[in-house]
Amino acid sequence: MADVALRGVSKSYDGRSDVLHGIDLDVRHGEFVVFVGPSGCGKSTLLRMIAGLESITAGEVRIGGQVVNALPPRSRDIAMVFQDYALYPHKTLFENMAFGLRLRKTPEDEIRRRVMDAAKLLRIDGMLDRRPAALSGGQRQRVAIGRAIVREPKVFLFDEPLSNLDAQLRNEMRSEIKRLHQRLGATIIYVTHDQVEAMTLADRIAVLSGGHRMQYDTPDAIYHRPATTFVAGFIGAPPMNLVDCRLDGDAADLGGVRVPLASRSLAGAARGAALKLGVRPENLRLARAGADIALPAAVCLLEPLGAEVLVTLKLGAAEVVARCPAAFREPPGTPVTLYVDPSHVALFDAASGTALSAPSAH
Amino acid sequence: MSPAARVATGLPANPLAGRGLRLAAAAIVVVNGFFPAVWILLTSLKTETELVRKPITYWPRNLTLDNYLRAFTDQPLLRFLGNSLAVALASTALSLVVAALAAYAIARLNLRRRQLILTAIVASSMFPLVTLLVPIFETMRALNLLNTYTALVLPYTVLNLPVCTLVLASFFEGIPRDLENAAMIDGCTRVGALWRVVVPLAAPGVFTAGILAFVNAWDEFLLALSLNANASMRTLPVGITLYQGEFTFPWPTISAALVVAIVPIAVLIALFQERVVGGLTQGGMKG
Repeated sequence: MADVALRGVSKSYDGRSDVLHGIDLDVRHGEFVVFVGPSGCGKSTLLRMIAGLESITAGEVRIGGQVVNALPPRSRDIAMVFQDYALYPHKTLFENMAFGLRLRKTPEDEIRRRVMDAAKLLRIDGMLDRRPAALSGGQRQRVAIGRAIVREPKVFLFDEPLSNLDAQLRNEMRSEIKRLHQRLGATIIYVTHDQVEAMTLADRIAVLSGGHRMQYDTPDAIYHRPATTFVAGFIGAPPMNLVDCRLDGDAADLGGVRVPLASRSLAGAARGAALKLGVRPENLRLARAGADIALPAAVCLLEPLGAEVLVTLKLGAAEVVARCPAAFREPPGTPVTLYVDPSHVALFDAASGTALSAPSAH
Repeated sequence: MSPAARVATGLPANPLAGRGLRLAAAAIVVVNGFFPAVWILLTSLKTETELVRKPITYWPRNLTLDNYLRAFTDQPLLRFLGNSLAVALASTALSLVVAALAAYAIARLNLRRRQLILTAIVASSMFPLVTLLVPIFETMRALNLLNTYTALVLPYTVLNLPVCTLVLASFFEGIPRDLENAAMIDGCTRVGALWRVVVPLAAPGVFTAGILAFVNAWDEFLLALSLNANASMRTLPVGITLYQGEFTFPWPTISAALVVAIVPIAVLIALFQERVVGGLTQGGMKG
């Protein structure tokens, strides 16, 4: 296993439209890194460039300290799990997993041992003489993971491996992949468009948008201290509330409603500047606590989820969503008072979308 | 299916009648295709006197294998058979290898003038063979290759390349790219991935192209007659013309020789038809 380093990695087709713009990124040995972003953000392309399936237009990819730009995929000592499984349909499961080892002239008893170990780990050891056609989607993806494991590569690459599975199986496989990482201690780079997968699996998340790296940090930091409005809106379900406002003294003016700001929030913002105020739905509460400030609001819409209810509220000129206890049943139109801790409020520059301040506590 | 939908798809309202029509259509195709072959087989089992007898007998009265004996002894039929097999097998193998590489390039590499290349391939197969005969003859003579297997293998390979390439390219296009990517990550070179993953999965296409190439080479007459005039180098289609004398037309013997020429093709197709029909690519990918 080894670390991976990307230095100014860019991709463009025909020298025209850039798909990726100078991505810098370090993946430490044994780290689980997730590339997340909407479709078309370049995350899969970036993964394929690390794998050697896409050429690198500019910049450098290093695996274990070695620049691999010019190396073909087979020489990079990586293994990849594809969204569509990509199992060899004409080979049995055993041969699917053994293929890479056979090409590397591994001794037969060593192949047998490694394949059996991986098969037991993934609970597919009873079906090794079958062909992929006889398997369910979840089993096929297990085989694909097994094919990667037996190689004992430096780096594992996962390209949206759970996208084709149904919801329940996806949750199951997600925790299995996490367990697998804990057990193998392998370096993993994992691509997904699903922010829940990103949050649950990653040691660090790289959020990509439009071929740019928006933020690269721990799930905790990404969630609580988003670097841009894009990250704030992309991570979290429902996403962070983003409300247009203007800076007025030490408060944000939401068009009639003033939100006093923690003094640290003000750094770098000019008076009267157009800003976006961000606050997570769970930080808008119906009961006062500690240093909370009170905001007058009115109920617009209730979305009960069982354990809780998502309440859309009118706050000044804007609408915000609050995560409320399941017992909340006020009909639309009811005036309520929202409480928010000023330290939970993030401020973004309205034009650039970059964070001016981040919430300090969570 | 609703009656309206039936009208729209052109199917008759009565499913039984539809089945009858389909069977009738199939019967026409089968009779049209097989009658000549069956007629040749029956003729090859008749005596010459029975053949000219009137009214004609459809089933031979006295079955005889004498015609086969005569076919093999009057002319070196075994030698013709061997020549044909050698030439057809070699040119088929060569066609498949070259066509596979060309087809892979067309199907996979992002070629700039892909459409132009495809058009050129199709266009190249449109020259009538007669127009190519003299240049090919002169070339082979210059290369001192007349009356060799090579003299036929090379032009047959070239003539078969367009159809083989197009058939293989369309099959390769149906194979998911990530299968090759997986193979290349597992340790294959690009060419290695082609031989170990793409070609095995395109087996139905490979057999289809192979059978087309083999049959074309097996049947070819004009080049075989012109380039390999030497008696020991004749192929079956040329050899079979030698049975007729100046005043005689020994139909039963000719028929026996024709049956000998038909059997290898029939065996070949019977052996591989399952592979041609079978879908091998199922199950490796999602869906």
